[in-house]
Amino acid sequence: MKRILSGNEAAARGAWEAGAEIGSGYPGTPSTEIMETFALYPGVYAEWAPNEKVALDAAIGAAYAGKRAFATMKHVGVNVAADALFYAAMTGVEAGLVLVSADDPSMHSSQNEQDNRQFAKFVRIPCLDPSDSQESHDFMTAAFKLSEQFDTPVLLRMTTRVCHTSGLVEVGDQRLPLPEPKKYPRNTAKYVMVPANARKRHGIIEHRIQELAEFAETSPLNQIEMHSPSLGIITGGIAYQYAREVFPEASILKLGMVYPLPAEMIRRFAGAVERVIVLEELDPFIEDQVRLMGVDAYRPEGKYYPGTKSIFPVTGELDPRVVRLSAEKAGLLPATEHSEPESFDLELPVRPPVLCPGCPHRGAFYVLHKLGVPVNGDIGCYTLGVTPPLNAIDTCGCMGASIGVAHGAAIAGDKERHVAVIGDSTFFHTGIPALMNVAYNRSNVITIIMDNRITGMTGHQENPGTGRTLQGKETLEVQIEPLVRAMGIQNVVTLEGHDVEGIEKVLKGWMKLDEPAVLITREECALLPSSRGRWLPLEVISEKCNGCTLCFRVGCPAIMKSEQLDPKYGRPLALIDASLCTGCEICAQVCPRDAILFREQVLARKGDIENSEVLK
Amino acid sequence: MTTWVSGQPLNVVLVGVGGQGTILASDLLAEAGLRLGYDVKQAEIHGMSQRGGSVISNLRWGSRVFSPIVARGCADVLIGFEKLETLRFSDYLRHDGLALVNDYAIVPVTVSSGAATYPDDNLLREGIARMTPNQHWIRAVEIAEQAGNLRTTNVVMLGALARILGLPKVAFQESIKVRVPLKYQDVNLLAFDKGFEAAGA
Repeated sequence: MKRILSGNEAAARGAWEAGAEIGSGYPGTPSTEIMETFALYPGVYAEWAPNEKVALDAAIGAAYAGKRAFATMKHVGVNVAADALFYAAMTGVEAGLVLVSADDPSMHSSQNEQDNRQFAKFVRIPCLDPSDSQESHDFMTAAFKLSEQFDTPVLLRMTTRVCHTSGLVEVGDQRLPLPEPKKYPRNTAKYVMVPANARKRHGIIEHRIQELAEFAETSPLNQIEMHSPSLGIITGGIAYQYAREVFPEASILKLGMVYPLPAEMIRRFAGAVERVIVLEELDPFIEDQVRLMGVDAYRPEGKYYPGTKSIFPVTGELDPRVVRLSAEKAGLLPATEHSEPESFDLELPVRPPVLCPGCPHRGAFYVLHKLGVPVNGDIGCYTLGVTPPLNAIDTCGCMGASIGVAHGAAIAGDKERHVAVIGDSTFFHTGIPALMNVAYNRSNVITIIMDNRITGMTGHQENPGTGRTLQGKETLEVQIEPLVRAMGIQNVVTLEGHDVEGIEKVLKGWMKLDEPAVLITREECALLPSSRGRWLPLEVISEKCNGCTLCFRVGCPAIMKSEQLDPKYGRPLALIDASLCTGCEICAQVCPRDAILFREQVLARKGDIENSEVLK
Repeated sequence: MTTWVSGQPLNVVLVGVGGQGTILASDLLAEAGLRLGYDVKQAEIHGMSQRGGSVISNLRWGSRVFSPIVARGCADVLIGFEKLETLRFSDYLRHDGLALVNDYAIVPVTVSSGAATYPDDNLLREGIARMTPNQHWIRAVEIAEQAGNLRTTNVVMLGALARILGLPKVAFQESIKVRVPLKYQDVNLLAFDKGFEAAGA
């Protein structure tokens, strides 16, 4: 039966049908739902690991132990996991092993748009590149089979538009037979990568990739769709969909396996059409290899290569419009009249993502903005501390970079005191070694660990600090403060995230110290169900407000400018949107005129004194 | 384009602000398309957009759908759950496409902080009119309130869409029964009907 599944849901289903029993991943858009969905299937173990390298090691370990296993992560996670990926490519496995990399062309939710097909070539493993939900399902199963047939990890490379597009999928209703249980391998020549063994394995994996290239020549993963011979398109992944959409007449060589490539099939296809082009998203990954094969893919006159791809853009995701315009420019399609939609000259107010009303990160950012110190930020919801009016982040590179980059400034002798800001999940991910370095080498970095008790940005995933696992089991909970103290850091304080005064006092005190210090702001994400139960909208007493604008500067979407003006200064008064306000009291704390009621005052005003006692 | 012809492809772009139910509306449209015998694709962007930013979802029905994305200038219908967002994405419409606008403003923080001004209705209407002569405004939030749940605003809009395009009601009703949790089905079915009626007024 066909059902509507996203690429991620379909990949999870495919893994289950392929007999994968173990999954380990780290959340990251657009990959997150794969492991979340897989975790719901019967007869599987699925977990969130603290980071991608740990996740891949765990999947490799399970595959060594004879269970089919996979790891999921976003593209940049593969950088973290790369060390593990390289040794796994060398050793091979006992049961199927698949690494899912969810790439993010156009960086909808990422710091770069690296093309992880390149990893396959670098590591010498096969790469499958599905073009829709059905293939996400089918290729996952194919990847496990390939892995066992060729004794290799397989890279299943997806992209945002495949992961997060829902389409019709024909699913199977049973799993492949599971591998027979066997004794853990004692095979040092294969699994102990000391130099003498590794040198032998290198030859084996080079041979393996040649065998895979031969397999690619006849594999149904690669398909030729012959239509008109005047134009042939070599394509793969999501770009296949744009090829079909924009060039309905063209012949197509669709590469489901984008590494290693079937050279004979490509030459045969190129020979059967008058003109051949390569249509792919991001890097000229296929195009480079096709040209090296001596295939004269068409390129417009005067186009310098290899400086850039010859027809389609190397940056950003493709869509039918981008493909059409590029093809028109290259003379492949006649120019259309309305190729450029009319645009308007109106300056519309932008709607940037912002910290939510009640966000526990807001208090610390308000103070950091006030202190004006350089802040080295990290990856998570709290990266939004960069947005106006808080403007409280100066750098943000990758997971865990905040503390190391702040340490770098300190050892470089920067005259300003640096503050690193990192969330709980990111601290567990790669922040811990960096903080250890601060302690060990005694730089004076102040680290704020914003512990909102969940992995927030990707939509509330459990982590080692939450006391619960991906599959909903209660578990041990990492205690951040004792962990930090165990590193030898003496100045450690834990405060509530909404305690503006407390945060300011602690940070100001530490500015005078020349020692490492760690502030943990601990407060649940305002969107967690347990937090939602405490929401209570605050109120502005308009008689007391004089429109001083201080509360506007906390950058809360629930605080608006009223149409009512202050009679003396003519400034708009503050107004709280009761449908958005959670009652975090940050605005009430910063108001110099006590014009914003605290929770207790709101309750008291409602005559609900009893409730206010309960809250105490 | 003002009416739907059975079997004819349909390209819809849905826009709104995080939390407005844009994705569920788009899921319901996909499910309805499936029931009408189409191949369907529905593409959305998660992540940063959940934090109060603009949300865009693409929905395509056809005998076979390739690209999951509706290219700019190619949408038959733009459903805007927030009026500023409707104008922002109105260049996705083809020149005679339908803009279905929820007459509702969610003020962005750039406006509440005083850095920008929210355009008034005349400006919004004029802006959209530059892209299409075919705009239909509906007070979906009020209608959802009458139906008994503000969160059914998205389904009110689908009711209106079904009326304006002449889409079979039953496809949506079945979709609601498949996609919406049991305890919210009645209120959503009612909201759909109220949206359907309102669009005919």
